[in-house]
Amino acid sequence: MLSIKKLHARVEGKEILKGINIEVKAGEIHAVMGPNGSGKSTLASVLAGNPKFEVTRGSIIFQDKDVLDMEPEDRSREGIFLSFQYPIEIPGVSMVNFMRAAVNEHRKYKGLEPITAGDFLRLMRDKREMLGMDKQLVSRSVNEGFSGGEKKRNEIFQMAMLNPKLSILDETDSGLDIDALRIVAAGVNKLRTPENATILITHYQRLLEYIKPDYVHVLHDGKIVRSAGPELALELEEKGYDWLAE
Amino acid sequence: MIEQQYIDLFQQYRSEIDSNSVNIMNEQRDAAFKTFKEIGFPTSKIEDYIHSDVSRAFDADLGLNIRDIPIPVNPYDTFKCDVPNLATNLHFLVNDRYYDNRNQIEGLPKGVYAGGMKEFAKLYPKIFKEHYGQGAEYSDNGLVAYNTMFVPDGFVLYLPKNTEVEKPIQLINILRGGVDLSVNRRILIIAEKNAKAKLLVCDHAIDDVHFVVTQVTEIFADETSVVDFYELEENSTKVTRLSSLFTEQQSQSHVIASNITLHNGYTRNNYRFKLQGEHAHATIGGLAIADKQQHVDNYAFLDHQMPNCTSNELFKYVLQERSTGVFCGKILVEKDAQKTLAYQTNRNLVTSPDAKMFAKPQLEIYADDVKCSHGLTTGHLDDEAMFYLQTRGIPEAEAKMLLMVAFTKDVLDLINIESLKERLEFLIDKRFRGELMRCGNCNVCK
Repeated sequence: MLSIKKLHARVEGKEILKGINIEVKAGEIHAVMGPNGSGKSTLASVLAGNPKFEVTRGSIIFQDKDVLDMEPEDRSREGIFLSFQYPIEIPGVSMVNFMRAAVNEHRKYKGLEPITAGDFLRLMRDKREMLGMDKQLVSRSVNEGFSGGEKKRNEIFQMAMLNPKLSILDETDSGLDIDALRIVAAGVNKLRTPENATILITHYQRLLEYIKPDYVHVLHDGKIVRSAGPELALELEEKGYDWLAE
Repeated sequence: MIEQQYIDLFQQYRSEIDSNSVNIMNEQRDAAFKTFKEIGFPTSKIEDYIHSDVSRAFDADLGLNIRDIPIPVNPYDTFKCDVPNLATNLHFLVNDRYYDNRNQIEGLPKGVYAGGMKEFAKLYPKIFKEHYGQGAEYSDNGLVAYNTMFVPDGFVLYLPKNTEVEKPIQLINILRGGVDLSVNRRILIIAEKNAKAKLLVCDHAIDDVHFVVTQVTEIFADETSVVDFYELEENSTKVTRLSSLFTEQQSQSHVIASNITLHNGYTRNNYRFKLQGEHAHATIGGLAIADKQQHVDNYAFLDHQMPNCTSNELFKYVLQERSTGVFCGKILVEKDAQKTLAYQTNRNLVTSPDAKMFAKPQLEIYADDVKCSHGLTTGHLDDEAMFYLQTRGIPEAEAKMLLMVAFTKDVLDLINIESLKERLEFLIDKRFRGELMRCGNCNVCK
C-alpha cells in the first residue's frame, strides 16, 4: 500500500530525514518510535504534504501513485489521513461546515453527489457516539477552546468521518488521560479493517498496549535503526533508546 | 479650486434649493456655506484624511438634482434587495429624495414615524427643529457642511417615549442617474426615553455612472433607549460614499452601529459617538471586504464624556488584489468619565502583496479610573490552518474561502437580527466567490 524509499527531507535548510525506508501493507499497523528530535513528526508531516518540509531525495508511493507530486488535499482524497500532534484551532469555522466540506470533497473526487443533509447528520452522530464525543463539541468552531484530550478525540472523529486507507497518528496518545486513551484506542481499533493500514507515531509504549502493532520501527537521527515485531516496543520501554543509538 | 464650482452653484441656485426643501433645513444652509467656503473638502493634508483625499471625488463634472427633476423609477416594482423579507416596513431614498408610497408602510406602533424628512418637518416642526443639524458638527468637517448646503430631503425615524418597533425597518438607498451625480442625503433618528427600534440601511447603485454621495446621519438616543443601526453597502466601483454618523447618547441608552462594506468603489465612513449620560453603551462594528482597487476608510471617534459608560468597537478588513483599507480609531475619555470601559479591536487580513492596510489606534485618556484597551493586527491567512484544512481534502481555494468567511464572523455576531446575520453570511460567501460583482440579487442590473 505504502512504500517509502530512501526518503530525505529538510526544514529551513536543516536535514531531518536521512534515508527512511518503510513498507506498509493493507491491514497492517506500524509503530514508529524514537526519542524527541529523531524525525518522527517530520515523517508524518512529509507524508501529509506539509509545504514547510522539503523532500530532497527518495520516494513515497501510495497505491501505485507518486505521493510527492500531490497536494495535501489530493493525498487526503486518495486516502491518507494525518491525525495532528497539535490540532489547529480555527475560530469561525464550525465543525459541521468543516466536515461537510471535507466529506463532500472526498465524494466529489470519487465522482459522487454531495451527501444529503439527513445522511450527513446521521454520519456525524454515529461517529460522534462511537468516540463518546460531547454533542456540544461538534457544534463549535474547529478545536476552538477544546481541551487537549478533546482535540485528540476530534482528530479520530475526523478520521472516522473520512474513512481513510492509511491513517498516520502523530503522538495521538500525548495529552490523553487513561480513559480518553482507551476510548481513542477503541475507536482506532473499530475502524481497522483488512483493507486499511495505520502508522502510529509515538514516544511511549503506552499506546501500544491498546493498539497492537504488527511492526515497530525505531527512528534515530533521521534514520530507521531497527525494525522488528511488537516485542521491540517492550524492549524499548525497558532499556530506553540509547542502546540503539550506537 | 475644486470647491469653486459648488460655491457658484450654491449661490446661483439658492432659491431653487430652498424651494425644493423645507424651512428648517434651509435655515441652516447659510452657516454651512460660510464654513464650507473656509475649510472646503477634506484633503490628504488633513491628518485624519491622510490616506483618503476625498476632495478628489468632487474634482469632476458632477450634476446636482437641484430642481428636483423626478427620477423615473418605482423602486417597489423594480427593486429586489439582497436582504429581502426582513422588514415589514420598507422605505426608499432615490438619490437624495424620499420615495413616497404610503401604502407600503404599515404595522408601526402608534406615534412612530418612519418616512420622508420634508414630510416630517411639516408634521413635527418643533421636534425636527430641536434635532436636525444639532448633532452633526461641521466646523471641522467640510463634507457635513457641503451636505447641509445642498441636502433636499432624507429619512426620519421618530420613536416617541416607550415605543418599540419589534420588526426591523429597512431603508434602501438607490442611486439612479444618466449623468455623474453629487447626491446628498440625510438620516435622522430620534429615540425618546425607553424607545427601541432597529434600522437597516442598504446602499445600491443601479446605473453605471459616477455617484459621489454624502450621507449625514444623526442619532439621538434618550435615556434607556436602544437603537440598532445597520448599514450594508453594495455599490458599484463608480460610487464614492462619504458618510458621517453622529450619535448623542443619554444615560443607559445603547446604540449599535454596524457597517458592512460588501462591495464598493471609494468609501469613507466617519463615526462620532458621544456618550453624554451615565451607563450609556455604544457598540460599533465594521467589516470591509475589498478587492480590485476598492478603498475603504473607517474613522471612528468615540467620546466618553460621562462616568460608567462602556464602548466596544470591532473593525475587520479583508483586503484582496489592489485594494486599500484605512482605519483610525480614536477614543477620548474626558476628565469626568471615570469607570469608563472602552475596548477597541481592529483585525485585518491582507491576502495580496498589492493590497494595503493603514491602521491607527488613538487613545486620549484624561480620567484616571478607566479600563481601555486596543488590539490591532494585520496579517495573512494562517498557513497552519490552511494546511490543516487541506489535509482533510479541502482544496486550497476552498480552504481560503472558509478561513476568510470565518474571519468575518465575529463582526456579524454584533448584529441583533438573526435573519440578517444569516443573509449576510450567505452574501459574504458569495462575495468571496466573486459572484457578487455589483448588487447580487437586484433585478435591475441583471
